[in-house]
Amino acid sequence: MKPIIKLSLAGLALAGAAGLAVAAGGDLGQMQKQATNWTAISMFAIFVGVTLWITKWAAGKTKTAADFYTAGGGITGFQNGLAIAGDYMSAASFLGITGLVFGSGFDGLIFSIGWLVGWPVLTFLLAERLRNLGKFTFADVAAYRFSPGPIRSFAATGTLVVVAFYLIAQMVGAGQLIKVLFGLDYLYAVILVGFIMLLYVLFGGMTATTWVQIIKAVMLLAGATFMAVAVLFQFGFSPEALFTKATEVHKLKDAIMGPGSFIKDPISAICVGMALMFGTAGLPHILMRFFTVPNAKEARKSVAWATTWIGYFYILTFIIGFGAIVMLIQHPETYYVDGDIAKGLIGGGNMAAVHLANAVGGDVFLGFISAVAFATILAVVAGLTLSGASAVSHDLYASVWRRSNVDSATELRVSKITTVALGIIAVLLGIIFEKQNVAFMVMLAFSIACSANFPVLAMSVLWKNCTTRGAVVGGSVGLVLSVGLTIGSAGVWEAALGFEEGSAWFPYASPSLFSMTAAFLVIWIVSLLDNSEGAQKERALYADQLIRSETGVGAASASSH
Amino acid sequence: MSQETYKRIRENPKFQAFVSKRNVYSVIMSIVIFVAYYGFIVLIAFDKAFLATKLSVGGVTSIGIPIGLGVILLTIILTWVYVWRANSEFDAEADAIIKESVQ
Repeated sequence: MKPIIKLSLAGLALAGAAGLAVAAGGDLGQMQKQATNWTAISMFAIFVGVTLWITKWAAGKTKTAADFYTAGGGITGFQNGLAIAGDYMSAASFLGITGLVFGSGFDGLIFSIGWLVGWPVLTFLLAERLRNLGKFTFADVAAYRFSPGPIRSFAATGTLVVVAFYLIAQMVGAGQLIKVLFGLDYLYAVILVGFIMLLYVLFGGMTATTWVQIIKAVMLLAGATFMAVAVLFQFGFSPEALFTKATEVHKLKDAIMGPGSFIKDPISAICVGMALMFGTAGLPHILMRFFTVPNAKEARKSVAWATTWIGYFYILTFIIGFGAIVMLIQHPETYYVDGDIAKGLIGGGNMAAVHLANAVGGDVFLGFISAVAFATILAVVAGLTLSGASAVSHDLYASVWRRSNVDSATELRVSKITTVALGIIAVLLGIIFEKQNVAFMVMLAFSIACSANFPVLAMSVLWKNCTTRGAVVGGSVGLVLSVGLTIGSAGVWEAALGFEEGSAWFPYASPSLFSMTAAFLVIWIVSLLDNSEGAQKERALYADQLIRSETGVGAASASSH
Repeated sequence: MSQETYKRIRENPKFQAFVSKRNVYSVIMSIVIFVAYYGFIVLIAFDKAFLATKLSVGGVTSIGIPIGLGVILLTIILTWVYVWRANSEFDAEADAIIKESVQ
């Protein structure tokens, strides 16, 4: 058990330059392989066994394309809320945010709040309209009145790009994490994730994916609750007592109770805030979950439950981070490199929650939390793959290429072939990017989602005069700008591409303020200038679209079994 | 649903009133969450000392803790408030409008 690169510290250093520690939520950095942990592996084996058994049951119910994409639309709001939470709470956000709280206290709270505020925006502006207009993918929503060829091609591109970056971050994180938690080789870890995920999605489609996400969410929430209660119990359930002890032992002393170096420049803070706030409403794998419920009522309930669980989870991570501050230091020989506090935690700052699991629950609970972390990655990767597969099979193949002239069985077969292809690509990407710095990728996925997918979705649903041309041109501008400006930011230009320090030509942590504004402006201008015959028709269709989006009249209903 | 139904809903003044009422409500709720979150961020950017102020003399807990947790709770509560109103009042109104127009 030798030391190791400091994970969250690398992320923080990067973020210090950029203004916000965006890395902590998305990336685990490089980790060193640890001794094989058989308790963790057995717990994980049980999880895999149970979920594969569910997959077998789900496979019997997955007969049509609708079953594959949306579990037949028969998921309840409460179940879907848990599944959304399971889709959204990644291993990196659990370990990253607790690590950030462990390292700098209050700053971790600031960071976690950003990941939550997108949910009400999604609820107020889009959730039910999405459910009323769409069927399988978010492209269905925009394609209600827009020309299907261009708009679906654009939406599928937006989906695949977001999924690709998100997937790379997850796969690399999985490999690194499993090296540390289970003591398995990076290569085996990545292949294992790809293979098990493939079994879920390929055979069980959305039904299996949903239940994997629900089980994982319950395990993660239960485990985190246990840790937070165990910490508070030690302090007679007095947060003040916990904070007092923490400020005594932490090297930053009382500074952990207030904002630190987390937000340096307000523009970066606002950019990242916008990426998280509006990006959530543009993540294809999250949007897809709204089509698994029978109606708008359940869609609203699911997002309210999701917000509740995710918010509750972030409160727990704050307590867990503080618990790690006070409890790990009592046994430096077990948790710190060479038993020396100055050298940092074994495995790096992001291991705070894992070590705390050992401190409050011993080996068995440590095994449980490690298994939860692995399960978490599987659940997120499965959701991403399903979303990517549906963009290819439903939007590109069935709607654009075959002009909707294709039977359900063929479409289902194409989605399964795509799933296998995406699973292989995910493993390859995980291998290719093993040694790369992927800290920026989750934030990039959010920036693209908020600059390309969200403006198109919002304008098509909410603005009568929006046209296909406006949506496609504006969305593409948002896509290109968000990727281009991210490449120019310090996180990619200096940290990933290796150009010299200070040479980054885009000064902020996320481009979203500029790229999202540009997308909306271009959609607006191009739509106004568009006087083609098609544009007139599309505007005329808005009245009917409005009725359906606001009342649910004519909305796709749950398929019968 | 027939084109006739759509036409009746479209021409029903209640539908227009319903849509604008709910849109105003959505926008107001969005603005509240926007102001709460960016207010918090701007406060951090420009007045770090305020958030580090202690809640009580001699205590350790800073004012930033209840404010931060407050933003989380507000997010959850506002979401439920919206969903509760939409699932009862708004859905009932929408159903009434549909019923009037289908006959």
